[in-house]
Amino acid sequence: MAKITFITRDNETIILEGTSGSVMQLAVDNGVPGIDGDCGGVCSCATCHVHVDVGHHLKTGEATEIETDMLELNDYANERSRLCCQIQISDAIDGIVLQVAESD
Amino acid sequence: MKKSELPDPFETARTTKGYGEMDDQNDPVTMILGLKDVRKCAHNWKTFTSQSAPGRIVIPSEVNIRDTRQIPFEMDPPAHKAYRAIVEPWFKRPLEADYSVELSKQINTIVDEALAKNAVEIVEGFALKLQSRALTLLLNTPYEEAETWISWGTHVFRSEGNPLDGDKATILYDYIDKNITRAMENPNGDLYSMLLEATIDGQKLTREEIKGVVVLTFSGGRDTIINAVTNAIAYFGEHPESLARLKNEPEIVNNAVEELIRYFSPLTQMGRVVTEDTEVCEHAVKANSRISLCWASANRDERTFENPNEVVLDRKLNPHVGFGFGHHNCLGATHARQIMTILVKTLAEKVKSIDILDYKDNIEDLGEFKRKVGYDKLTVKFN
Repeated sequence: MAKITFITRDNETIILEGTSGSVMQLAVDNGVPGIDGDCGGVCSCATCHVHVDVGHHLKTGEATEIETDMLELNDYANERSRLCCQIQISDAIDGIVLQVAESD
Repeated sequence: MKKSELPDPFETARTTKGYGEMDDQNDPVTMILGLKDVRKCAHNWKTFTSQSAPGRIVIPSEVNIRDTRQIPFEMDPPAHKAYRAIVEPWFKRPLEADYSVELSKQINTIVDEALAKNAVEIVEGFALKLQSRALTLLLNTPYEEAETWISWGTHVFRSEGNPLDGDKATILYDYIDKNITRAMENPNGDLYSMLLEATIDGQKLTREEIKGVVVLTFSGGRDTIINAVTNAIAYFGEHPESLARLKNEPEIVNNAVEELIRYFSPLTQMGRVVTEDTEVCEHAVKANSRISLCWASANRDERTFENPNEVVLDRKLNPHVGFGFGHHNCLGATHARQIMTILVKTLAEKVKSIDILDYKDNIEDLGEFKRKVGYDKLTVKFN
């Protein structure tokens, strides 16, 4: 079981718990504003962009080259950016805080 | 070559120089072929603008047949953002439960009709009907309107043998004008009524702007959806094992739909107009010339996609650009994804196999390239 905190663009805090699947799917299933997951998690749409809070970013592991390429041209990306369809829920990410990124 | 195969005509040019060239009504196009280059150019709207003369970023160019600017498609940031924000929630309605229930009913009906026949011509007799009926949901207009749209044939702007038919465009514009007037008099919750109510900085949209959104809605989702649906039927015709797999593994339907979109790339390319002398792929391009973002080539880029010329139904990482890339990504993508998801599920549940009886390829003539984008005709029997 992992507790995951989302901070929306309107600074609302949403705390969810999950055991498996992707963080994007958990967010979509629970209606987290700003996480759309249009492509269903195949890393093609970048509508699940989050910034991992300082201190938590090592928990999520490394992004693949395909993911970093997707983020490279995103105007709101920074060094803590992830597409949360690529973060799998497990005990390893328990307590993580994710800020929903701005988008065009 | 297999009947359902869509070869990649861009491979050599993409791997050797990264670009191709084609003429289009004396307004030549430098085609950008690699995935990363396509993304970079799509992102760089200051150098590669969408806000040129109406119709010029479309290939073949429509400058000679329309003056109405398609919105938000033919706009650049920052103005683009406000217009996109108006239409975005409307075009996300396909995610609502009622919408997908209705769409599912429509698709079940059309598949049942096809199953009852000995032979179905898919382009006119299945895909066009499916697309037109589904569009009534997107516009929130009465189901009966689909009959009018079906009567226009497969191309809103095009007739057989004439890719740029001005008379046909007039039919569409007159139809839209009539409906804007009707919605002004009797707003009824349809797309026209929503647009008539919408404001940007307190200002209502002009009639021309409303027309621009509606024209985009009609034209952007016409041959693209027809190609995607027709190509899917042909693919399953030659791959009954895929139908069986999707029936047994419904959890991969999302991956399968994204993969089919990548492989089919129903829209081959989209243009941009160059605003300053610059270089792409070490090739000089002049201000006021055109480039194109060749989605179909980018989606076969072997530097990103393993086995790019194969349909891998459960492909997990699939950063395709079948719906474009960046702030202009396809407005109708949510609707298109729902159509394809429900279609694939319905076929997997109801159809055991599909026999391809007859077909005629639809080959685009793109200068040095010839690309099969779909079919002019595809006659099949559903079993």
